[in-house]
Order: sequence, then structure tokens, then C-alpha cells
Amino acid sequence: MCYIVNHMVQYRDFDASFAALSDATRRGVLEQLVRGDASITDLAGKFHMTLTGMKKHVSILEQAGLVVTEKVGRVRTCRLGKRRLEEEAAWIERYRQLWEARFSELDTIIEELKIKEKRK
Amino acid sequence: MSGDTKVERKSEREVVVTRSFDAPVHVVFEAWSRPELFKRWWTPKSVGMSLLSCEMDVRTGGSYRLEFSHPDFPKPMVFFGKYLEVIPDSRIVWTNEESTEASITTVTFEEKAGKTFLVFHEQHPSKAALDEAIGATDAMPEQFAQLDELLTAGLGK
Repeated sequence: MCYIVNHMVQYRDFDASFAALSDATRRGVLEQLVRGDASITDLAGKFHMTLTGMKKHVSILEQAGLVVTEKVGRVRTCRLGKRRLEEEAAWIERYRQLWEARFSELDTIIEELKIKEKRK
Repeated sequence: MSGDTKVERKSEREVVVTRSFDAPVHVVFEAWSRPELFKRWWTPKSVGMSLLSCEMDVRTGGSYRLEFSHPDFPKPMVFFGKYLEVIPDSRIVWTNEESTEASITTVTFEEKAGKTFLVFHEQHPSKAALDEAIGATDAMPEQFAQLDELLTAGLGK
């Protein structure tokens, strides 16, 4: 029954994003980048990680299109990849609306059942 | 109660939907487990699809089969699977076997002060199965594009 959503997920190739977001550090990095751009060195410091470890996380986020990096001189700056975040938020919102529509109909049926019970 | 539906992505393979209902748990469970009630809410009008048939044997080991139609699709879409676990007024677990690899859906009902808190949890197939399914969907991207369109058009407000 989750066919539609499965295929929407597959069609839109969100699996890379899901994988990227399944890690707490990477979600933290995204939250950090919401507040402003940061260098990999800044991020490594904030999350108490080695530079190599943070580079790996950023690389996974970058492959998923969630983060864009740019090297200026010796500093690599990270910022949010806006398009993917917006797409993903839109997907979640459409899915939520589908369920809200279902649950709204379900509310009606539940009210009917409650009235029937009272009459018994 | 309306408008408090929450959707959360738990991991790359899991999506969770939660909602409260202003009714005791046995009422909400009845609306989920009786086919004649279920078919009245599962395909809301805004989605544009209609249920042609709905067979549900809601008990552990039972099976279900749903057929949907939409004006844009030449053939009905069929959804089917088995109920792995059914605990009245508490929990329903079912498989979705229309995809390449079965995915599992769990819905739990919990009563608090006369209200029901519902958790709908979808466990999507493994990443390997997902990749395989992506390959399979290449054969009909147009159909899925249409499906996307219809969902966007039907749900976008």
C-alpha cells in the first residue's frame, strides 16, 4: 500500500539524501549550515572531529546534493545545496498532505461510529 | 484534531506518520480493519483515485488486495500483501508485495485519556532492493511522472 510513495522516492532518487541524513553528525552539519556557511575546519572543530572525518561527512552530503563546497585559496567553504533541501521538504509536505486528507476522512467515519455507539 | 498530522523521516528506509484522534482506540481500530469503512477514507477525493475493489482479511496470516483506478491510467493498479500481525485495538503489521521486494508497514494504536494516538511506520525495502526497483521503474518513467503530477495537482493547494 505504500507503493505510490516508494516509487515517488525511487523516481526522485532520494535514497542518497536519506542515507546522508541518517547520520546524527551530518544532520548537525546541515543545521549548522542553516545558520551560515562554514569551512570544513570550522565544522571539524564544532563537532570535535578530525579534518579527515569531517571531510568524509561533507563528501557524503555533497554527493546527495545537500551541501555545496567551494575552495577559495586554502579554505574549503560549505553551504547548503538549496534545491535538494527544497525538493525533499516538498516531498515530505505532499506526503503529509496525503495523510492529512486521509485522516480528515477518517475523522468523519470515527464520528459516525461514535454516534452509533451512543445510540446502542 | 485536524491538521496535526506529522511526518518524519527516521532513516533512509523509514518514514513515520503520527496523528491523534478524538475517539477511544476500539473505534479507530474498527475504521482501519473493516473493509467497508477503510475504503471510505484510504483514497481521499483530492488524490483523484478510486478504489475498484477492496478485499481485506484483517487477522494474523490474512491477506489483502486493493485495486485502484484513475482516469489517466489505462489499467487498474493492484496492491496486495499479507497481515503479519494483527492485535485488535493495538497493532496491525502488513507486507506490501506489489514491489520488487516486500516492504513492511506497521500501524500502532495507543489510547490516552479517551483519545487515540496513532503511529504509521513504513519500512522501505533495502537499498539494494531500492536500486533494483529504480532500474525497473526506468521502463515507465512517464507513468510515474504522471503519478507525480496527479499527486501534486491533487494535493497542492
